[in-house]
Amino acid sequence: MRIDLIAENADLFVTGISMTLKLTVMSLAIGMAIALPVAVLRGMRLPVVDKVLRGYIFAFRGTPMLVQTYLIYYGLAQFEFVRDSVFWAVLKSPFNCALIAFSLNTAAYTAEILRGALEATPKGEIEAAEAIGLSPLQVLRRITIPGAFRRALPQYGNEVILMLHGSTVASVITIQDILGAGRTLNGKYYLAYEGLVTAALLYLALTFLIAAAFGLGGRKWLAHLRPAATR
Amino acid sequence: MRKFLPAAMLLCSTAIAGAEELKVCVEGAYPPMSMMNEKGEIVGMDIDLTNALCAEIGASCALVKTDWDAMIPSLMEGKCDAIIASMSITPERAQIVAFTEKYLQSPNMFIGRADAGMTDTAEGLAGKRVGVQRGTVANDFMAGEFPDVELGLYGSEEEIYLDLAAGRIDAAFVDAGTGEIAFLKTPAGEGFAYFGAPHIEEKYFGKGAGIALRPGEDDLRVRLNGAIQAIRANGKYAEINNKYFTTDQYGG
Repeated sequence: MRIDLIAENADLFVTGISMTLKLTVMSLAIGMAIALPVAVLRGMRLPVVDKVLRGYIFAFRGTPMLVQTYLIYYGLAQFEFVRDSVFWAVLKSPFNCALIAFSLNTAAYTAEILRGALEATPKGEIEAAEAIGLSPLQVLRRITIPGAFRRALPQYGNEVILMLHGSTVASVITIQDILGAGRTLNGKYYLAYEGLVTAALLYLALTFLIAAAFGLGGRKWLAHLRPAATR
Repeated sequence: MRKFLPAAMLLCSTAIAGAEELKVCVEGAYPPMSMMNEKGEIVGMDIDLTNALCAEIGASCALVKTDWDAMIPSLMEGKCDAIIASMSITPERAQIVAFTEKYLQSPNMFIGRADAGMTDTAEGLAGKRVGVQRGTVANDFMAGEFPDVELGLYGSEEEIYLDLAAGRIDAAFVDAGTGEIAFLKTPAGEGFAYFGAPHIEEKYFGKGAGIALRPGEDDLRVRLNGAIQAIRANGKYAEINNKYFTTDQYGG
């Protein structure tokens, strides 16, 4: 194990960590912004819209994120009309392509998590809200959605961790994330595992932090679900 | 391919009498350097150079097709007397075998749009994005010599060419030999060309490929070194080179 080479190239990993965090956080934010309306619309079961949304979720949950990223990055670039269109300004950048693929991917999973949580709203809560005269939109905004977020918290924690790990796909389209830094280190010195071990430890540490944060959040927001004695 | 020895050559080869027999290990699986043709013969630039060098030192050479992994063991066991297989001169190999001076060093070069007017200087590449294969000597060279140029790091050369054709990168810095065959001579490479000088800086690219001999074969090594210089000087090397490549594979 050449610790000295890892230390010498620490700056590679520092930029890698910041890239991984940037990609993960931005994808999750955009993903959530897409997922919430998708989940609510799915709950309404509108005739055509529902088919479209189900198709989207089926496609993005049914294919690997690596394939999606490759198709968006190398696939779309093969078409001259894409390269000549205004979208090329966006698609030209590897970062944007990764962001699009990751956001659409995590949005599909998150929408299903949220939809489940929305549907699990106890009937009594809605009846009570209607009884005090809240409009359907108010019920959604004040009762169903906040409740659904709480119920979705543990599952969403998993999705965040999967997204962090999934962001390694970025390294195949030239982005220097944590894995990219590890692979560059390996390639530079013909090492077999130093770069990968360093990357693995960094992902492990980040995962630990995310899990801890969701654990704390769960204690706070899901306190009412725990048995009374441990409260 | 037997060659009659000119009388002058016999006189030149000092102590050796008669036609020297040399067995040369070649690979036959590294196009276009060394490959099998449809008749099952080994052909390629390595083979043509072998024949030229053998003629130059006045030896009659027999080719021994050998797998890459078995090259150095075959040499050491005497199954062949020399390896001519684009073998890079590395310190690890040099501990076991004796290398001649390089006979081949495919340079690395920049490829870009022919009409873009780029040069291989800091100014000429300012604001450009250059694709290299991650973790290769080309990667090291770019990071070391052009620290301000934005790099796109790719897993394979094919991916570099895809993005070069798509316009995501302005230039690629790749092995000139494969760059020509895998991109410039393909339809996707239309409108693209090499620019700048061939790069073989030893700090990054090492010493090139040499002929590997058993240690102690100093006489043969000296004569082969002389032969390499001779075919460089008399145009034989260029003639062979140009059959396969448009760039000089000797590397300056």
